[in-house]
Amino acid sequence: MKYLLTRLVWLPVVLWAVVTLTFVVLRLAPGNPLDAIAARAIASDQIERVRAEWGLDQPLWQQYLVFLGGLLRGDFGVALSSGVPVIRLLGDRLPPTIELALAAMIISTVVGVGAGVISAVARNRWIDYSVRLLAITGLSVPWFWLAIVLIIIFSVRLGWTPVGGRIEAGMDYQVRTGFMLIDTLLTGNWVALGSFLRHLALPALAIGLTSAGFVARVTRSAMLDVLRADYIRTARAKGLRDQVVVVRHALRNALLPVLTLQGLQFGALLGGAVITEVVFAWPGVGRLLLESIQRRDYPVVQGAVIFVALCYVLVNLAVDVLYHVVDPRLRRA
Amino acid sequence: MTEDLTTNPNPQIVSVPIPQRAQAGPGARFIAVWRGNGLALVGVAFLALVVLGAVFAPILTSYSPTKVNVRERLKPPSLTYPMGTDELGRDIRTRILYGGRSILISSSLATLLALLIGTGLGVFAAYRGGWLGELLMRLMDIVLSFPAILLAILVVAALGPGLINLVLAITVAMVPVFARLARAIVLSIVEQDYVIAAKTLGLPDLVIIRSHVLPNMLPLVLVQATGMLAVAFATSSALNFLGLGVVPPTPDWGLMVAESQRLVFDAPHVPFFPGLVITLTVMAVNVLGDGLRDRLDPMGNTR
Repeated sequence: MKYLLTRLVWLPVVLWAVVTLTFVVLRLAPGNPLDAIAARAIASDQIERVRAEWGLDQPLWQQYLVFLGGLLRGDFGVALSSGVPVIRLLGDRLPPTIELALAAMIISTVVGVGAGVISAVARNRWIDYSVRLLAITGLSVPWFWLAIVLIIIFSVRLGWTPVGGRIEAGMDYQVRTGFMLIDTLLTGNWVALGSFLRHLALPALAIGLTSAGFVARVTRSAMLDVLRADYIRTARAKGLRDQVVVVRHALRNALLPVLTLQGLQFGALLGGAVITEVVFAWPGVGRLLLESIQRRDYPVVQGAVIFVALCYVLVNLAVDVLYHVVDPRLRRA
Repeated sequence: MTEDLTTNPNPQIVSVPIPQRAQAGPGARFIAVWRGNGLALVGVAFLALVVLGAVFAPILTSYSPTKVNVRERLKPPSLTYPMGTDELGRDIRTRILYGGRSILISSSLATLLALLIGTGLGVFAAYRGGWLGELLMRLMDIVLSFPAILLAILVVAALGPGLINLVLAITVAMVPVFARLARAIVLSIVEQDYVIAAKTLGLPDLVIIRSHVLPNMLPLVLVQATGMLAVAFATSSALNFLGLGVVPPTPDWGLMVAESQRLVFDAPHVPFFPGLVITLTVMAVNVLGDGLRDRLDPMGNTR
């Protein structure tokens, strides 16, 4: 409990640090956002006006304080290119990214744990070797290339899935939460749901399969450790069926390290989402981030980076809490 | 130690070198270390091929990696063009050979820099500790609270594209990993009796670090570095794919995939081959890392 409390107390500090680091790194940029505006040939009196408007004529520490004060009120600034508040842009783009990362996490967990268990149970047989080879291939494939290979196979050759987007162009659906799965289920719009799932399949696979490689390896070695334990021998000696021993006795205990890994992996999944979104034209934070970098739209870059990093920090905190819930030994300590 | 002296009637024998070990040449020892680890050897061999290919690219191919040849555009793989040609009629195999340069340089340089800086910071934080060491490690924690690729993207977004900025971006994301490992190792080493003895004898810190701490740290750091090299390859190719790394027309694997992404319908071989080479290279590093880990870190400290 004490550990968790410490973590909770530290959370604001970590959040502050993440925000500050982002601010500092972006201010290291040679030149400033104004160069980008100036590059679009704005008249010089306008530049002065814009400078004042963005507070760029103030000293850096003052800009920083204004920026922090804004964040506390949920104000991430305004996009240089469109004048839309950054928080609104992020609000629209975050649900698709979370959908994608969660779908990828489900795939990575199911495929990875399944493969890891099979591999451990069939230790040193050909199926174990094939799973291990596949796992190391999985964790070596770059997301963007796996995405393209999946497109070549499933979209171009087989024609099963669309090459990009989140839903068929022009398809009508009601937005309530921004999460398409929830929205379509709530309104019972099955056609839109089907279209969404077919669009989701390839990007989620591209991210999930890569991460499944890590999960399979960790599951396998955790299973091997557990399968050696005395209580497994006892369970076998009692005459329990193999499946019961493996699933109920061994797997439950082997899942703890997998949980930790998935917390850490969520960062990789988010990173994978950023890149995969670009390949699939998925309208998430990642694509917004890349577009904003190309436009040198710093307030948006800043907001997107902070948002993704915050997600990562919060997920890891959640995993820590979950860890204490799942493992009674930690609760007592 | 005292027990040895009392139970062993002839303590000098302990210091006699074991002859077989001393006689085995470096080649024989290399084979002994890698026996039973065929996959790791395959990895080493493949990496050697990639490095040699990148170094001797001008000798290995007569085509230019950058010269446009519109009449030969989008040729499928054939005897003249083993991997086909791209949209501008450039030989893909040639571009892959030359393209190894940017990714090899950026990844290995970034890993080396991160290793030196990170290990230095970690050793300092552990050995000299104090508030400065504590502050350093907290800073490392903060850096680690960013997904690595996101941090690299952020740094490149601030500094702009280019090979040097690419190296810096990857280095920054990897430094904390080495710092944490080095600190943990040093903290466990300085508690050992022999270090306490050396301190009691009044040996200067630098001597202790050089003769006791670093040699014990090296294997673990090497294993970690191999793992990080794979991460560096992945990050470098991803940044290049996003157009945040080297600038065209410099051939680069990630960039080649990005530039040919929309050819999936007409000429899928163009994005296919560079990506395949990235995958195989990262695989080779990973396999090598696994082999090293089995040999040098059986306790799994770097896992």
